[in-house]
Amino acid sequence: MKLVELKKGIYWVGAVDWNIRDFHGYSTWEGTTYNSYLMVGDKITLFDGVKNEYTDTLIARISEIIDPSKIDYLVVNHVEPDHSGAIPQLVEIIKPEKIFCSDMGQKALAGHYHYSEWPYQVVKSGEEVMLGNRKVIFQEARMLHWPDSMLAYLPDEKLLISNDAFGEHLATVERFDDEVDNSRLMGQAAKYYANILWPYSPLVQKIIKTVVDLKWDFDMIAPDHGVIWRKNPGQIISAYAKWSDCQAGNRVLVVYESMWKSTEKMAAQITHGLADAGLDVRQYRLELNHRSDIIADFLEARGLVLGSPTLNNQFMPQMADFLSYLRGLKPGKKIGAAFGSYGWSGEAVRQMNECLENMNFQLADQGLRHQWVPTREVLRSCYELGGRVAQEVKNYRFE
Amino acid sequence: MKKYVCNLCGYVYDPADGDKESGIAPGTPFEDIPAGWTCPLCGASKDDFSAE
Repeated sequence: MKLVELKKGIYWVGAVDWNIRDFHGYSTWEGTTYNSYLMVGDKITLFDGVKNEYTDTLIARISEIIDPSKIDYLVVNHVEPDHSGAIPQLVEIIKPEKIFCSDMGQKALAGHYHYSEWPYQVVKSGEEVMLGNRKVIFQEARMLHWPDSMLAYLPDEKLLISNDAFGEHLATVERFDDEVDNSRLMGQAAKYYANILWPYSPLVQKIIKTVVDLKWDFDMIAPDHGVIWRKNPGQIISAYAKWSDCQAGNRVLVVYESMWKSTEKMAAQITHGLADAGLDVRQYRLELNHRSDIIADFLEARGLVLGSPTLNNQFMPQMADFLSYLRGLKPGKKIGAAFGSYGWSGEAVRQMNECLENMNFQLADQGLRHQWVPTREVLRSCYELGGRVAQEVKNYRFE
Repeated sequence: MKKYVCNLCGYVYDPADGDKESGIAPGTPFEDIPAGWTCPLCGASKDDFSAE
């Protein structure tokens, strides 16, 4: 395989995982990559590892450039096993002089692999380190997206090794942003942000500000998943600035589950009502869509209309799954409403309203529930509910 | 005394326990923790906490 040299003497030596489809509850329909970067100089450094089962692939790639045992330093920017799984075996082969990580990184490495004797070299945020003749500045990025997360900036190479930030789950033979279709790339980047980084949006804002204040000058971002941004690294930074600021358009999702199609009929009319009011509306039946795909689409939406029948005094289990996942992502500045058909007790709409309020959604309506199969009049009310939600979305003013 | 939750990672500061690692003695109300204190789990600043 051709060597991928992103900057002079800095090589991509990661692995492409074409087959992964479930990443702890996040659907990776297009696979992913685990990126690892080898920097050759007076000293040889490896930035980040790969998932355990790709250790041999990593070692083979390094071997095309140098003898892996010649590596002097390991940098562990993030301890999650998809990046650090290879570390124990690498340590055995390389016997590194130093393993650079954050304070939290050392704790997490020890907690994962239980080697207290490894040559940890804990770096502080902003610390400048010479790796042989090449300078690196480490910057902690706590909770982006683990407490140990770190960025490594190489000022002389104008390169930012950004760990999980600015990455996406996308398996390709291409390694650079300009080699893949941009809408496909940005779609996966948005999905990654929504499912991994969304809850930490205030920290994303902070780190962007820090990087600006520090006047870091880079023309390339090399994340640990997906492609390397060399043509337009500004594009992904602007996108992160927008997403972390809760900016959204006139998009509303109608997300529902149904038992005997009554709630589904209601959903269809609400969707019509929203569409006729000129909104960008998308309808998702929970059973047929993966939670992480709906979440990806919700990132830039302003409104969410939830529908569920009542099953044994509760909303449907698919709705419980979705709402539990959504709550963890802490979406900000959203508008919500709920609807559903029911047989006798009919608690689901009230319960969904409560969930929306607990997530600080602004309720656009008290919601709409109907016993048994909706009549023409009820469907008309659903259409009108769509219109009311649309009005709230249009009137929403960004604070 | 009120417990405080880290808005970023969910850690709960319980005044009854304090935060031994940072030298915050048990019985210290959240308000009396020095301003430079950070969340022991994720490093968030004191401003990032809310009353439970």
